[in-house]
Amino acid sequence: MRWIGNNTDLILGYLASHVWLSIVPTVLGFLLALPIGWWANRVPAVRGVVLSVGNVLYTIPSLAFILILPGVIGTGFLDPLNIVIALTVYAVAVMARFASDGFASVSPAVLDSARASGFGAAGLALRVELPLAGPVLLAGLRVVSVSTVSLVSVGALAGVDNLGRLFTEGVFTGNTAEILTGIVLVVALALVLDLLLVIAGRALLPWSAGARRVRGGVA
Amino acid sequence: MSVASDSWDWLTDSANWSGDAGIPHRTLEHLQYTGLTIAIAAVIAIPLGLYIGHTGRFRGLAVASTGALRALPTLGVLTLVSLNTGINLTATLVALVLLAIPPLLAGAYAGLESVDPATVDAARAVGMTHWQVLWRVEVPLAFPLLVGGFRSATLQVIATATIAPQVPGPGGLGVYLLGGLAVGDYPRVVGGAVIVIVLALVVDLLFAVVQRLTTRRRVSTPDRV
Amino acid sequence: MSRSRTPLRRITALAAVSVLGLGLAACGGDPTEGEAAASDTIVVGSASFPEAQIIAEIYVQALDAEGIKVESKTGSGPRETYIPALTNGELDLVPEYSGNLLSYLDPEATATGPDEIVTALADAAPDGYEVLDPAPAEDKDSLNVTPEFAEANGLTTIADLSKVPGFSLGANPEFAERDYGIPGLESVYGLTGIEFVSIPDGGGPETLQSLLSGDIDVADIYSTTPSIVENDLVTLEDPENLIAAQNIIPLINSDKATDEVKEILNKVSAELTTEDLLDLNAQNQGPDKTAPKDLAKQWLTDKGFL
Repeated sequence: MRWIGNNTDLILGYLASHVWLSIVPTVLGFLLALPIGWWANRVPAVRGVVLSVGNVLYTIPSLAFILILPGVIGTGFLDPLNIVIALTVYAVAVMARFASDGFASVSPAVLDSARASGFGAAGLALRVELPLAGPVLLAGLRVVSVSTVSLVSVGALAGVDNLGRLFTEGVFTGNTAEILTGIVLVVALALVLDLLLVIAGRALLPWSAGARRVRGGVA
Repeated sequence: MSVASDSWDWLTDSANWSGDAGIPHRTLEHLQYTGLTIAIAAVIAIPLGLYIGHTGRFRGLAVASTGALRALPTLGVLTLVSLNTGINLTATLVALVLLAIPPLLAGAYAGLESVDPATVDAARAVGMTHWQVLWRVEVPLAFPLLVGGFRSATLQVIATATIAPQVPGPGGLGVYLLGGLAVGDYPRVVGGAVIVIVLALVVDLLFAVVQRLTTRRRVSTPDRV
Repeated sequence: MSRSRTPLRRITALAAVSVLGLGLAACGGDPTEGEAAASDTIVVGSASFPEAQIIAEIYVQALDAEGIKVESKTGSGPRETYIPALTNGELDLVPEYSGNLLSYLDPEATATGPDEIVTALADAAPDGYEVLDPAPAEDKDSLNVTPEFAEANGLTTIADLSKVPGFSLGANPEFAERDYGIPGLESVYGLTGIEFVSIPDGGGPETLQSLLSGDIDVADIYSTTPSIVENDLVTLEDPENLIAAQNIIPLINSDKATDEVKEILNKVSAELTTEDLLDLNAQNQGPDKTAPKDLAKQWLTDKGFL
């Protein structure tokens, strides 16, 4: 406890960059996955490709991914961008599947009646399909957000500041308090973001009583 | 590109394919950790998941606690436990088991929930006991989702077991990643990662076959987290 | 869109969305802009173990105290990560260990004495980079055994390990491959059948625990680690000088090495002793676990820099 009191600046600094490194890939991954999932839902062949490419991408060990990016795309060795890119790729890999499932969950009858009432293609996608796919999209977003928060810590092994530094540095000095602080903060951050998503979901998707239960959310 | 060709050289160097530090031995270690992890996690998670799915009790608690478990940073758990254990697999197994429990648990209770309540009622109506309903009706019908839970847990563990050598003791394919990082040998890091990916895909394929054989309907698996 | 949406719902939605948005905006220091440091700022990096971070923090605060723009990016991984990061411009200054730096820059180098190494480093430094004055402070890999094990096997030097066939040795993973590591033990001292155990904590608490519990027979522990003295460990002598001298020495981008910067860093190096390192590490690893930043400040205050 005394260690925490003496090092609040350090901890808060790591927390701030952890928040950043978690939210950016989650949001980017979500936005990139929407059109991919929408397209995959339209074209079965695309869906097959998206799902299997997603599977392959998701088996890349995160540490290796972060380490080899500089060699592949020419980013700096210590660049936080490596983490952002790697985690965005994971986020897209997971989210595209949810997005495809979500758009598939929209009833064809609803689409027909929307078309009949004069929605154009873009209006249909944005104002009918997107909101109706909302509950499944939200479930996917919750999974992505929790796993991203937890994965960011691996970036500490590649020299990038975040709560994971409390693990790598705690090992050097045998500092149990430091490691525990890191674990508690990572879990707390994940739960806070999840709670915000649930609140946003209930408010933005009021017609969906099941917003909390679709595919168990993060469960 | 040189990283790619150097990595290919590393992968095809026969010296890397023999001995205790060779790829076959490291792969075997990796599979051992994975198998042990899944076995321990299944002993914990499957009975719990079946109980929750069968009775419908504690579901909210299960959802909340698997959510929290998923947020647990594996690296943190690994380092924390390793500070208090010697050179052995304890820290690795604790960290990986905690990682494997959520998908197994979710697969089990979601599997039972997916069974049509009318089917269960019918089984009760013909006089089956709780155990008979569970074993003869619910588990067989829930099988695809149960296997799906095993599938995603196993893939996660294979990919994540690479950080095991961050603590004293364990080997496995992560040795190539962390050892390569320690001496700046990126082709080795890439080569090691490629082997992990191939291993994961082969295992995934095996699961896909099992799932295909046990179900006619296409079932999507819970996603790896 | 929906008539059922109450004002309250609308407010909670806005609140939740804006908290998410704030999360994005609040942490002003966009981590992806790490390289945007102004060209006259000196970015200081270091290896990831605590001692290197403490020394790097000493550099940061000493330069800062004289009004020089600095940015701290310590804990940048192993040498194989931070030297490339230095030469591609992500870092400008790192504290180094003379012998290991030389063998990294010039694998063929044969120098092992402190002065020869510094002379050789002047030539071996990458173009556009230079080393400044070395500190008297030295910290190097050292092979340690428990007093009981030393007595039971009659060990005083590394060469004596030949009496213990099949002993196990715990060290950072790179020790398995570096010249001063397992390859050197085999070629210089003729030791064989060493069972290597990778313990990636830089001779820290896990290495010590493994040695004391008998999980490993020999432990590679940095010589300025307080646990060596605290546990009466026997450091095996190195008559063949396999492990080269390792004085603390700054490696800096010549473009940033103005006379003023050099003078400050040289003054710091002149004051930094091996005893200081032992003391700083003891506080870092002792019950208080004092952070590198705070230790640096304290050292600079004690030595009259602040």
